[in-house]
Amino acid sequence: MTAISSYLSAGLKNAGVFSALWLCAHSAFALEWDMREGVTDMSQRIQTLHQLSLGICIVLSIIVFGTIFYTLFAHHRSRRSKAADFHENTLVELIWTVIPILILVGMAIPATSTLIDIEDNSDADLTVLITASQWKWHYHYVEADFGFYSNLSTPQAQIDNLEPKDENYLLEVDKPLVLPTHKKVRFLTTSKDVIHSWWVPDFAVKQDAIPGYINEAWTRVGQSGVYRGQCTELCGKGHAFMPVVVEVKPEAEFDSWIEQQRLAIALASETAVADRNKTWSMAELLPRGEEVFLEHCATCHQPGGLGQAGRYPALAGSPITTGAIEKHIDRVMNGKADTEMQAWAPQLSDLDLAAVMTYERNAWGNNTADLIQPLTVYLTR
Amino acid sequence: MSTHAEIETTRRHPLLAFLARWLLTTNHKEIGTLYLWLSFTLFFIAGALAMLIRLELFQPGIQFTEPNFYNQLVTLHGLVMVFGAVMPAFVGLANWMIPLMIGAPDMALPRLNNFSFWILPFAFALLLSSPFIEGGAPNFGWTFYAPLSTTYGPPSTDFFIFGVHLMGISSVLGSINIIVTVFNLRAPGMTLMKMPLFVWTWLITAFLLIMVMPVLAGLVTMMLTDRHFGTSFFSASGGGDPVLFQHIFWFFGHPEVYIMILPSFGIASEIIPTFARKKLFGYHSMVYATASIAFLSFIVWGHHMFTTGMPLFGELFFMYATMLIAVPTGVKVFNWVATMWRGSITLETPMLFAVGFVVLFSIGGFSGLMLALVPADFQYHDTFFVVAHFHYVLYPGAIFGTMAAVYYWLPKWTGHMYDERLGKLHFWSALIAVNLTFFPMHFSGLAGMPRRIVDYSLQFADFNMVSSIGAGMLGLTQVLFLYIVIKTIRGGEKASDQVWEGAEGLEWTVPSPAPLHTFETPPLFQQRDQADNEGGVPI
Ligand code: HEC
Ligand code: HEM
Ligand SMILES: [Cu+2]
Repeated sequence: MTAISSYLSAGLKNAGVFSALWLCAHSAFALEWDMREGVTDMSQRIQTLHQLSLGICIVLSIIVFGTIFYTLFAHHRSRRSKAADFHENTLVELIWTVIPILILVGMAIPATSTLIDIEDNSDADLTVLITASQWKWHYHYVEADFGFYSNLSTPQAQIDNLEPKDENYLLEVDKPLVLPTHKKVRFLTTSKDVIHSWWVPDFAVKQDAIPGYINEAWTRVGQSGVYRGQCTELCGKGHAFMPVVVEVKPEAEFDSWIEQQRLAIALASETAVADRNKTWSMAELLPRGEEVFLEHCATCHQPGGLGQAGRYPALAGSPITTGAIEKHIDRVMNGKADTEMQAWAPQLSDLDLAAVMTYERNAWGNNTADLIQPLTVYLTR
Repeated sequence: MSTHAEIETTRRHPLLAFLARWLLTTNHKEIGTLYLWLSFTLFFIAGALAMLIRLELFQPGIQFTEPNFYNQLVTLHGLVMVFGAVMPAFVGLANWMIPLMIGAPDMALPRLNNFSFWILPFAFALLLSSPFIEGGAPNFGWTFYAPLSTTYGPPSTDFFIFGVHLMGISSVLGSINIIVTVFNLRAPGMTLMKMPLFVWTWLITAFLLIMVMPVLAGLVTMMLTDRHFGTSFFSASGGGDPVLFQHIFWFFGHPEVYIMILPSFGIASEIIPTFARKKLFGYHSMVYATASIAFLSFIVWGHHMFTTGMPLFGELFFMYATMLIAVPTGVKVFNWVATMWRGSITLETPMLFAVGFVVLFSIGGFSGLMLALVPADFQYHDTFFVVAHFHYVLYPGAIFGTMAAVYYWLPKWTGHMYDERLGKLHFWSALIAVNLTFFPMHFSGLAGMPRRIVDYSLQFADFNMVSSIGAGMLGLTQVLFLYIVIKTIRGGEKASDQVWEGAEGLEWTVPSPAPLHTFETPPLFQQRDQADNEGGVPI
């Protein structure tokens, strides 16, 4: 009797597990329990592979465990007082060796083809060097040649249970990595101290960052959005606190973001600070101003400052370059809407702007003797 | 045999006599008992650490630990479970049962046996004293990857290194002893292909041990010289290679996980035929499957390293080799099922644990198969999915296997039957608790929760709470187990020599409890009808 009740409970439990699985799979509530589909071709192929192998495993376990529970029930002592006497059957043993091999081959084929595509790191549009250190990520845009650190931004008080935790608790950073949509982005990972691992589940990219090594991975994201992941290799006490956040933007937005970043970084650099704290003399500013002018302005305004009739105004003797300084600064820094005269503030440093304007006010007979200091430019920004 | 020594010791003070008996014993049964109690104690210590881990993970936010302390808990839990709970338990079972199963009077090298046991308490004293050292216990996970464990390791790392050396010496000596015993002390007529499967699986395990423990010893020695003697095997800035560490570690580590499961395979292969009252379906294929698993275990280490930047060819090789292991493992599972098929089954506690082992271990095997698929592993690797996977193979595998063995042979060891009702209660509660603890870890892992983190984001909260509740239950069920074992030692229904109606094998021909010395003259094997008349052992 107890035996029967134990079969029943075993059977029920088995049924329970599977129906729970099934329920989870089809329930509407938002509990995350399965591998994410993600937002890249690769993450979707991996998820399909995962579901295939999971499905095979569930079917096999229903068969194997079903047989076990059946035999515990049907071949119990209370039903069969005498055991059959059979053992060693070559055919049976051959069958249960060959069938699993076939199933394995069936799983290995899609796994291999997906893997080969994942490992194809060629022809990237953009490269980001990811350098890990305890316990933050540094992202360097190789082509644009600038970079920044990305740190956890969850306040300690939330971790210590002193404040309510917000939605992205432990998955938020001060500065996310920004990527463009539809571009093949190559990640190079390395580390300055111990081993870390950079993981974004929605891209299905997980690559160890190992000191002395530069590892490669790539992604191509179809959809803009914010994607979150974590460091997945134990790296010391801050291991739980080095999240990965990636913001994916449409290409145009991404490009202007890159420009902003480069400038912001230039402005923040030590030399920029030193430059703007110094009072410059005419003799220092003029040659530099000429250089900047020739590099950036002369294509339109011409080296001699005479412009092109009807298209580009002459700067020699122009009311702006010889008139009120504020107006001049405004025109150069902010440009003029709907004309080819663009805003130069986001593109040039304080010093270069000061130099080029000083040059304009004193070259080609514009002998205003006005000196514009980088600090003035900085304060106008 | 040791009558001289026994008389000597009994004249002394009882406490001294007690100490001398256990310190100096060279008897395989006493040493087996020592191993089993050491393992049981360490199982409780490592289990208590697991309770702390689960308490910390009960909710998001840092509850009572501190991140570095959490890492120490995880590291000690893993190390003590692997080296302290599982391995000594199996060596204890081997000591008790191998001589009884092959008709040998004792292990071949009894003094070595004593030595290999008594190294262990010192090894674990070193390891377990590390939390009290300035800088705290090792905090780099049981896999102790460099450079976290070398350049960045706490001072106690050296205690860990020395502890691992001691454990390694103990394991190698123990394995040599088992191999020598099996090769030289089998009773006449007990040919290799007649040996019980538990002996076979242990013989193969012993070979694995003597092949990989020296690798581990070499690895920790390289760490030691990196830390103190100016080498840079694993330090990139000195021209070394941190990935080399992982290759060496997993060359040891992967066979190690089979070391923790093969003896359980043997145990299930003893118990299932007994309670199905039917011969093991495919004895030969079981032996060959075990041997092929052992061989394959040497060429799959790379599957722990798919995300280290391994080249495509390496990834494919290790993927295929790993998938191949599913074949002999499947052969084993199908054999157990076929053994039960059309048997005459009863479900006493050892059988319940053995069947529970087969089913739950298979779940761990299935998730292992999924982990072998490299692209999918990029998502699973180092998440709680892996934690779920290895607990499904270790808890129901190594621990249920050991528990099945204890219930199966306890009457032979103590002469008393355990309390069957309590045994069943233990099984069912452990079964529910194991699944409650470890099944949700699959989900939190798939949802993206990395392993070895002290605090996690909110979407993982529900599964972690369920896991923690399950873990509390699981802890309690083990206290019940301790109670059952002590109760059986102290008394209980008298066990017959045969103990289990369907049991076959030499160990059941000796009295219960097994006297200190058995098979001082080898058993006589005879054909069954002759044996029935002349009192030999049927073969
Ligand atoms: C792509 C062509 C182009 C480039 C390059 C260019 N400009 Fe201009 N700039 C113009 C045009 C067109 C105008 C006239 C806008 C309007 O008023 O319609 C203008 C106007 C000006 C004026 C105001 C002149 C006036 O009298 O209205 C100044 C000053 C000036 N630019 C400075 C500069 C400086 C300094 C640079 C380099 C840093 C520069 N420009 C680069 C096209 C250009
Ligand atoms: C009471 C039952 C147990 C519970 C509740 C438990 C819980 C856990 C948890 C939660 C972790 C992961 C911690 C993390 O990654 O943050 C862990 C790790 C581990 N456990 Fe267990 N465990 C139990 C029993 C066992 C047993 C029986 C074994 C081995 C036989 C074992 C071996 C390990 C190993 C090797 C690790 C990995 C440690 C590491 O990451 O370095 N555990 N355990
Ligand atoms: Cu990290």
